[in-house]
Amino acid sequence: MSATQYTVEDTQKIANQIRKQILGIALKNGGCYLAQACSSAEIIASLYTRILNLGPSVGEWDAIPFPGVPGPDNMDYQRGSAYHGMPEPDKDRFFVSCCHYASVIYCALAAVGRISEKALDKFNVDGWNMEMIGAEHSPGFENTAGSLGQTVSIAAGTAHARKMKGETGKVYCLMGDGELQEGQTWECVQTAGFYKLDNFIMVIDANGQQVEGAIEDQMTLEPITDRFESFGATCVTCNGHSIEEIEKAIATPHEGRPLAVICRTKGYTGIKPLEKRWPLLHFARIPESEKAEFQKIYDEM
Amino acid sequence: MKIEVNTHEKNMLRLAEEHPEILVLSADLGTSCEVKKFRAVYPDRYLTMGIAEQNMCSWAAALAREGYRPFLHTFSVFLYRRILDQLEMSVAYPNLPVVFVGFVPGITTPGGVTHQSINDVGVLRTVPNMTIFDVGDATEIDGVLDLAYEINGPVYIRMLRKEVPRLFPADKPMEFNRARVLSEGDDILILSSSICTEEAMRAAGALKEKGLSVQHMHVSTLKPFTDPTIVEALKKTKYGVITIENQYEIGGLSSAVSEVIAENGLGKRLVKIGVPGYTHGASKMYLMKKYGIDAMHLVSAVEDLTGKKLGITEADLAQERFVDFLEV
Repeated sequence: MSATQYTVEDTQKIANQIRKQILGIALKNGGCYLAQACSSAEIIASLYTRILNLGPSVGEWDAIPFPGVPGPDNMDYQRGSAYHGMPEPDKDRFFVSCCHYASVIYCALAAVGRISEKALDKFNVDGWNMEMIGAEHSPGFENTAGSLGQTVSIAAGTAHARKMKGETGKVYCLMGDGELQEGQTWECVQTAGFYKLDNFIMVIDANGQQVEGAIEDQMTLEPITDRFESFGATCVTCNGHSIEEIEKAIATPHEGRPLAVICRTKGYTGIKPLEKRWPLLHFARIPESEKAEFQKIYDEM
Repeated sequence: MKIEVNTHEKNMLRLAEEHPEILVLSADLGTSCEVKKFRAVYPDRYLTMGIAEQNMCSWAAALAREGYRPFLHTFSVFLYRRILDQLEMSVAYPNLPVVFVGFVPGITTPGGVTHQSINDVGVLRTVPNMTIFDVGDATEIDGVLDLAYEINGPVYIRMLRKEVPRLFPADKPMEFNRARVLSEGDDILILSSSICTEEAMRAAGALKEKGLSVQHMHVSTLKPFTDPTIVEALKKTKYGVITIENQYEIGGLSSAVSEVIAENGLGKRLVKIGVPGYTHGASKMYLMKKYGIDAMHLVSAVEDLTGKKLGITEADLAQERFVDFLEV
């Protein structure tokens, strides 16, 4: 973990600001992945301010037009990972599997000075790189993560490669809990355990919701910690809205094993009116009839 | 004709010696995919990924991003049918240099429908950034890994194993996106691939004896499919073209050729010889005959195109065949 210039209070302020910015987007656009911002704001703010050891951003300060799909003639486009700095042996790498959280990542990058605040105006604007669901050209994204279960394997494979190369930096992967239902996730955890990837840390925003409802009513995951442990990972649980707890959980020793940190969260933290809609919060729309209520919260934030 | 044994095994070792960043990944079928010796020689460069192909594919994407050159080894079916989304989103979209070495392609396994990759070419031809090679003999096995290594992007190889004939001169290696001319003529064009080339060579000999002028070309690059020598051969053929392949009759070589005919406005007739649908478990020669991807069926196709009865029988076809595959 890197020495940080951010106090816990600073980090909390950034988390609050992320919620406010995304509520602002939701008000402007009539909806957004708002619950994901509510559940993950402290996790993502903690990662960028107090946990990840990243070099300075080498990404463009402002948003850029979509740089084209990768191909034999287009391999030098700006990667989203540029915003995490140059890859160095001792620096960390950060993968975002839950790519619906793109807006949260963009806001966090802006909050820590890795991209301009103005770039956020290009969020979900046709023809720009700040897409609603991130891909490898989107700021903060190492890869194209929209098909769940794949990014955790790519992150673990990166950790494996780094171990083989003798690099000391860690690899973090932010995941949702719904994607723990994917079979590939468990193929990955068993492999990460088998190869003793103790440089690999999965951080799971366990907000307990998926598109069709509460996870426990769709396809239960419990006991999550036992599952991770039995597949070869060390697993700890924390309150995902407590910066101190997140930080302590991620610091859990896990020699010879990958670490899974289950951050228990709520998708309405900080925006109370969302609670009555829970668990149907995958994409939160703000109809005209409720706009005033949300606007009031925004103004008070 | 000379039968070569374990040609891939030797070439994988040779290439790995030349390029230290090469890794072999196995989904528990390495011993069936000629990399058992590789594991013994390079234990640290042989990654066992378990019977978990989806994770293996995405994992390989990461290794490629980190500068390694992963060569995935398992049966063809498990490298496209089972993991198409991982192949596309983890590897093909970001255009990563991952080599999928697919064994027992088409009906070259008695393992039945679950083991037989009958539409891999058809499926993977629709995947952007993907290059597809389909080898036909030991000389091509000798050369295909070097070609794959040079490609800037993902490569899928339909690999042959164990006893494989050397049909082509050892000093005439496989070329990228260039068909191999096996005989020249202008009545009939035969385009063949994989194990069907040997069948087509047998048929072509008998056809020539009946006075037909046969252009026979072996095709080993199936994507891209922009070889100008194929366009020229299509232009000059009098009666039309026959494709014969170890693949479903839709989507593979036949479809690639029909696109070239249409796009160039050539208006030539095409007779497709391929596997007509799902298959079942039996020996290779039995299946080739049963599903009609053999020399006799090719002769019938020529009769169809020319409107002439040729009177060729099994006895007229050269008897030499390569050894059947009996193992799963």
